[in-house]
Amino acid sequence: MSESPIERAIEVEGLSMKFKKGPLAVDGIDLHVDPGEIYGFLGPNGAGKSTTVLMLTTLLPPTGGRATVGGYDIASEGGRVRGVIGAALQEAALDVHLTAREHMRLQTALQGVPKDERRQRGDELIERVGLADAADRKVGGYSGGMKRRLDLALALVHRPKILFLDEPTTGLDPQSRSSLWEEVERLAAEERMTVFLTTQYLEEADRLADRVGIIDRGQIVAEGTPAALKAEIGEPSVAATAADPADRDRLVEVLGRFGTASAGAGGDGEAWVRLAPGCGGLVSVVRELDSAGVTVADLQLHEPSLDDVFLEKTGRKLEGAGDATGEHEAVSVEVAA
Amino acid sequence: MSAQLDSIYEVARRSFLRAIRQPAAFVPAIVFPLFLVAVNSAGLDAATDLPGFPTDSYVTFALAIPFIQGGTFALLNTGTDVSTDVETGFMNRLAMTPLGGPSLLAGMLGGAMAIAVIQTVFYIAIGFVVGADFAAGIGGIPLLFLLSLTISFAFSCIGTFTALRLGNSEAMQSMFPVFFVFLFFSSMAMPRDLIVQDWFRTVATINPLSYLIEGIRSFYVTGIDGEALALAFGISALLIAVFLSLAAASLRTTLVRT
Repeated sequence: MSESPIERAIEVEGLSMKFKKGPLAVDGIDLHVDPGEIYGFLGPNGAGKSTTVLMLTTLLPPTGGRATVGGYDIASEGGRVRGVIGAALQEAALDVHLTAREHMRLQTALQGVPKDERRQRGDELIERVGLADAADRKVGGYSGGMKRRLDLALALVHRPKILFLDEPTTGLDPQSRSSLWEEVERLAAEERMTVFLTTQYLEEADRLADRVGIIDRGQIVAEGTPAALKAEIGEPSVAATAADPADRDRLVEVLGRFGTASAGAGGDGEAWVRLAPGCGGLVSVVRELDSAGVTVADLQLHEPSLDDVFLEKTGRKLEGAGDATGEHEAVSVEVAA
Repeated sequence: MSAQLDSIYEVARRSFLRAIRQPAAFVPAIVFPLFLVAVNSAGLDAATDLPGFPTDSYVTFALAIPFIQGGTFALLNTGTDVSTDVETGFMNRLAMTPLGGPSLLAGMLGGAMAIAVIQTVFYIAIGFVVGADFAAGIGGIPLLFLLSLTISFAFSCIGTFTALRLGNSEAMQSMFPVFFVFLFFSSMAMPRDLIVQDWFRTVATINPLSYLIEGIRSFYVTGIDGEALALAFGISALLIAVFLSLAAASLRTTLVRT
């Protein structure tokens, strides 16, 4: 008899975690993740991301609310939940004295992979994450990226339906980060795996996630597709710096034709405007500046980012945003009008 | 059932591999106890002239020490490895699998036992190499082997429990001197009835390690001694019962999962 497909891969209602003598780490959150979806759980350090993952992976009993993962209740059906999930938690929990192949041997055995399939399954996953050449080297000599990739491979040995990745690329170099992203995208696209991914990197959430939940101080402050969240913020903004600071007021006047313009506080000739819908964009701004005879030293178009969403919802910038590559998709144009 | 045994074997294999791949911990656990025998034998050889000393070879008398000291190293190494697993999150990895707590405990202790087998073979062999007497005869070797492993198992249970309670490898290592003090205040260097200081003799008499040492020593000095062996096996069994239960309870707390 085949299992009926589940409606929601993850369903969370009012989930809370209050530590003894500690803060309310997770404060009654609601969310759902559909099968095959990549859900990005974005927030700064200490927002409650990892606590949520620990609860959803059954490693931390919640103090309030309820949640199902793979159709099973995390509080009363922990064993069944663990049977359908894989997880790579925040620290790559590896034994530095074992090789990748030995890790695979242990993990496949503990996850109940039939004995005659273990070697093949292990080799297949090691190959897939690009560690074949290092498979017989002790993990203690691996780079951070290699450890992360092995951690991911170990989470996949029993072919889970739902994969939890807790800040999988924190501390990785751009190349390792990119290679891990490709693997996560492949898992979702080719294997229809549901992925619950926590991150503090805006770029990561923007690139990978079908939908994003933004968490701050234990509460979800925004949720939706990255495009929809950014659309809530509105049109792009343009920032310009007058070549001669004395031209700042004229610069503000010209920019004001495209929306509500503001002058920078520094007195260095800087001004910016959030473009009004249908106003023509950057090209129109350049033309107007040219015809008004305002010379600008710098002109940048800022697409709304998830950081803007976070700023809008919390009044603060997302910590660590600068660690990822330039989230502000700035188009810098040197203009000599 | 076979799946559980298979899992236990793999966890034990991992514990064993990890132990032997840390020479800085593994080699001293085997070799260091022999230094204590060498030092004691050189310095206390004249003690064999005391009336009532049970043998005329101090090396024969002292050969029980490495078995017990090796056990304290087993305690420390097992404990350090377990607490490292807690610290690094490896315990969470194990908790995410269908592996049950008792199986995990059995696997971890199984790895420690494999090391104990190596230690025991080494110490028995060294005894023969240095020409120590072995009053129990060849037939006593399997029983010595069994007692040595039972003692190591008891120590490993203590180490596992302590590590699970502390959850910190540095704190675990700092416990080493505490366990060492028990060894020094025992009948390690002198038969209890020949200890001159009353307080020392009293402490050695209530120290359970004295009876473990005397059980091992009996194979070398007096032959199969029913009373000494009963005490040694009995105390080991008691330690196992107490600390295995405590370790299992602590593991349930450490392996928090719904």
